[in-house]
Formats: sequence, structure tokens, C-alpha cells
Amino acid sequence: MRANLQTAVHHGETLTPRAYSLRTGASVGPGLAWLGALFLGPLALIALISLLSRGEYGTVGGAWTFENYRRLAGFGLLGFDSLYPLIIARSVLLGLTTAMLCLSAGLPLAFFIASCKGRYKNLALTLVVVPLWTNLLIRTYAWQMLLGPESSLTQVAALFGLAEADEGLYPGLFAVSLCMVCDFLPFAVLPIYASVEKLNWSLVEAAMDLGANRVSAFRHGIVPQIKPGLTAGFILVFLPAMGQFVIPDLLGGAKTMLLGNAIQQQFGAASDWPFGSAVAMVSLLVAMLALWLMARHTGDDELNIL
Amino acid sequence: MHLTAELKRKADPVATSAPTPAIEMAEISRRFGDVTALAQVSLSVRRGEFFSLLGPSGCGKTTLLRIIAGLDIPDEGILRIAGQDAAGLPAHKRPVNTVFQSYALFPHLNVRENLEFGLRMKKTPPAERARRVSEIMELVEISELSSRRPSQLSGGQMQRVALARAIVNQPQVLLLDEPLGALDLKLRKQLQLELHALQQRLGTTFIYVTHDQEEALVMSDRIAVMNAGRIEQLGAGCDLYERPRTRFIAQFLGSCNILEAAVQGRTGGRLEVRTKFGNLEMDLGPSARPLSPGDACTLAVRPEKVALRVDRNPHNANCFPARVAELIYTGSETQYHLEAAGGMLKAWVLNTRVGHQGLHAGEEIQVQLRSDALILLDD
Repeated sequence: MRANLQTAVHHGETLTPRAYSLRTGASVGPGLAWLGALFLGPLALIALISLLSRGEYGTVGGAWTFENYRRLAGFGLLGFDSLYPLIIARSVLLGLTTAMLCLSAGLPLAFFIASCKGRYKNLALTLVVVPLWTNLLIRTYAWQMLLGPESSLTQVAALFGLAEADEGLYPGLFAVSLCMVCDFLPFAVLPIYASVEKLNWSLVEAAMDLGANRVSAFRHGIVPQIKPGLTAGFILVFLPAMGQFVIPDLLGGAKTMLLGNAIQQQFGAASDWPFGSAVAMVSLLVAMLALWLMARHTGDDELNIL
Repeated sequence: MHLTAELKRKADPVATSAPTPAIEMAEISRRFGDVTALAQVSLSVRRGEFFSLLGPSGCGKTTLLRIIAGLDIPDEGILRIAGQDAAGLPAHKRPVNTVFQSYALFPHLNVRENLEFGLRMKKTPPAERARRVSEIMELVEISELSSRRPSQLSGGQMQRVALARAIVNQPQVLLLDEPLGALDLKLRKQLQLELHALQQRLGTTFIYVTHDQEEALVMSDRIAVMNAGRIEQLGAGCDLYERPRTRFIAQFLGSCNILEAAVQGRTGGRLEVRTKFGNLEMDLGPSARPLSPGDACTLAVRPEKVALRVDRNPHNANCFPARVAELIYTGSETQYHLEAAGGMLKAWVLNTRVGHQGLHAGEEIQVQLRSDALILLDD
């Protein structure tokens, strides 16, 4: 029997090239169509609109221009204006802070869950995910009540001189950080837990055997192994946290502008779609830049971590 | 070689005066829940010795090694490493290094960085570090692997790297946990010889855990055979093989015919016993067991020490007829299963002549159990 070189063997099944491409099309096609029509298309539109300008009555038109991006970078009509650069910096900072707080809280939690036995492990994992069952707005309003004036939390804080009992713990940076960490913690814990679960502890023993103390053994025996989990956790928290504005608005006092509400404002009240599109494109670029930096860092895990 | 001398000096600072043992342990016990992994093990390992812990899986040998390394803590007992009490001494402060069964190489570091790890932890100056690592890489012939990651190495190469990563730290005692277990037979045999040569050259004390009796015999100065958390017998390989004290040792180390016997009489250094093969005479050997007529005892005979004779007029002692029930040709020797009036017996004959031995299945022969080949066991 002559082997037909054109025939592909797929999971033990023999397929003709035609059948194979049909199958590929059937499995990948719907997803691609969805992404193309509802993601890539609109994204291209936004990219185009960001290069136009606002006409009278909020219409989109005019000639191709980079004016929107110039304005975002701070070169407005009236000389340098730090408003938009600050908004970008503030959003990145919010994302970074939330991601770092979530990683530091999620790491010990992931180790704790991994050390749980049988049933308790599943219970602990469920408890981590439970907050996601409630709507974000409801959770945020709940924090307003918990942190408000005369609430029991505020009174405890007042006992230690950390707050004025009649003023409450919000609005403020503390309230925003607290709520952000609570909302994004599951996205940090789950990927870290997945990598802790399959830790090879003999590397830790090898490190200690070679003279590493507890801290060094953690750094050289554990961290390189859970790095993929830490990276995934960071990305999963950083990206949405950077675009988050409901929590900063509701718990931060709605005094500061972030990328999220800047976009909302331009598409809404200000009716400046081109500028709003530019803000959206820049926030996308910032996110991609962050991802690229992460990828470069994790690809380069040589001895320089020592 | 410069390095070898340096390692030797470090391993044995006062070469001539009576040295303290490399490892001393007294009544070490370790339990995991209901399971007793070690039951009051006492042991002394000499400096510069190639010492093996041999036993079936689950006998406690790896636990013993981990206790020496400081990766496990005994429930009771005293451990001294190079004369120093090791209680409360954490793993990273002990002058021992381990070659792990799974190698446990750091996957994110290349070969050179893996080797440098221990020296970095001890804050060895970079110049000395580089020199020592290069020398060790040359010694175990992995210089050309320097910049490879562990994932790019074969099993044998990983084994060499793991060994080099441990000895570059010049430990007082090197602990090896079945390091050749994952390798194929041919490579294992080659590395056994290399390990032995390396140990001779460095003069470092090696404690080697294995379940492979041949491996232990090839390399070790002394072997402790462990069973169910205890050291069953300790001695040089030939002592253990020629004079096993218990049924377990006789059967674990090599192959053995076990005979139940009853003492008939005793004259000087000779014992007369009754077995299923008739009355036999045997040399009493060094056994100091007081035996009187009527006592039950157990005898062991190595199959290669069973003599087969074709002649039909044996007036020699300890002879009886048997029939070849089955024969297995293994190349260098032929293994016979003999059926005598009293039961089955194994006999191995070295094929010294060209062509087959001339015995066929079903053939009647005479068996002789020489008096010095019979070993009296303790249990």
C-alpha cells in the first residue's frame, strides 16, 4: 500500500487535505468571525476616528490630523497642559499599585490554599471566587456603607486614631486601594495558585542543601518556578485595573480623572469622539507596552535575579 | 591535580592522627504517623569511606540520608557530622551536599550557573568561584555543556551536572540518593566505576543510597543493609555476601538456597544437621551461637557454591542425588533447578568450557553441598 503524503493523520483519524481544512475552518471560523466583526472592525474604526477632528455639534469629520494625540501629550492650544499626561500616569499608577497589592496578598493566600487538604482546598478556592458572583457596583456601594461615617469599621479605626469617627474612611486613597484589591484579588490568586500547586519542592531542598537560607531558597527555589503564575496574575489585574474608574469615582470622591472616565466623558458629555478615540488608543498602547515589558522581563530570567 | 589535593586536604585536615568519624549517629528514630521509618539506628561512617546504604524501597535508607542532610529531623537520637553535633544545625549550614535522585537542577539556570550556586550562597569571591567551577567541570567532563540549560541535557549529563554541583562545594560528606537510578544499565555500570574512581581521587566521604545490591558491591568500602527501618547487617561487601547473618541478607544480597535444619550433634568446629536433603556436615564458622542437639536452625547455600557431579560413586560427604528439572542459560553461566528427594535446589554453574555443559533437563546427577559452603543464619 502506498502512503498518501497528502493525507493528514489527526488524533488517529485519517483525513484528506480537503476534510482537514474544512474542519479547521469549522472550528476556528466562528471565533474569527466574531472577533473580526465585533472587535477588530470597531478597533480599526476607533483608530481611524482618532485621526479626525470634532466638527460642530459633535460630528466627526475634517482632515486627517494628529492633533488629538498632540493634545493628549500635553501640547494644547494654550501651551503645555499636564492634564492628560497626568491622567495617563495616574491610571498606570493605579493599575500598578493594585497589581502589586494583589500579588503580595495573593501569594501567601495561594500557598495557604495549596497546603489545604482535599475538600478544604475546593472550599477555599470557592471562597476566593465568591465575591465575583456579586455585581461590581453593588460591592462598591457596600464598601461605601462599610467605610462611611459612624460605621463600625470607622469607629474601630477612630479608636486607634486612624480616622475621625464622623468623617468616615472614604473618600480617599485607602478606600480605593482596599476596594480595588478586594475586586481583583481572585485574578491574582488563581494563576499563582495554579503554579504553586505544581511546585517541585526538591528544588527548594536542593537550594537549602547548597547553602541557601530560607529567603534565598524562596528566591531561587520557588520564585523562578511560580514566575509564570506571578506574571499572569499581574497582567490579569493590571490591565483591567488600569481602565477601572467606577471604584475611584465612588470611593475616591470623583475628584480625579482617569483613563476610563476620560473616555466616557469624551464620548458622552463632551461629544468629542475623535479625542475620545485617541484616549482609547493611547490606553491600549500603554497596556501593550506594559505587556511587552513583562514578556521581555520574564524571558530574561538569567542569574541577574541573584 | 591542584584541585584534588585541595579537596583532599579539606576532607581530611589531620590525615595521620586518629580522625573523628565523618558521621556518627546514635539511636536515630523517625516516625511518619503510624509508620516507623527508622528505629533506633546507630551508625558510624569513617572519613574518606565509600559507604552504601542498601535496602528495598521503604526500608528507611532515604530518610536516613535526608536526616544527615538536614532535610528531615529525627524524632530521637544524636547525629554528629565531623564530630560536630548536628541538632539544630539547619540544612544550609551543614558541611554536606546531596546529589538528588531527581537531580533537582535549577531549570532557569544554565550548567555553569547551577554549579556556581553553592559558592555564591557561601559568598566565595568571583575569581575563586570561576576557577573552582571550571576545574570541577573538567573533572567530570562537562566543560562543553557550560551554557546549556538542564532541559537540554541527557539523563547521564544531568547526573554529572548534579554530581559536580555538589562536589564543587568541597563537602565533608557527599550524600548520593540513588543517583544512577534513572539511567540505563550500560551507562549505570560505566558511571559506577567513574564514581568510585572519583571518590578515590577526592578522598571525600561518600554515603550512597541504593536498592541495587550489585551497585553497592561494586563501589562500596562498607555497606549497611537496611530492612524495615533497621540496619540488618553492616560490613564489607564480601563479608555480607559470604557470611550473611540473616535470611533477609542472604536473599536480598544475591540469590540463596535456604534450608531448614535440626542440630544432630556438634564436634569442635563442626556441626551435624538434619535437613530435607539428609544429614549434612558443616563448618561452624565464627558464629558463637550456642547450639545443642535438637535445636532448629536455618542454613543458606549460595547457588554458585553448589557442586554438581556426574560420577555415580560419591563417597564424599554431603552428597545426594538429584534430577535437572529446568535449566536457564544466561550466557556466562547456566542456572539449574534441581529436584532432589527432599525438595528443590538452585545451582549456578559458570560456563567455562566452550559449548554447552553437557547437562540436560531430566538428567540424574549428584549434588554436593561442601561443608564450608553452608552458612548458619541467626534467624
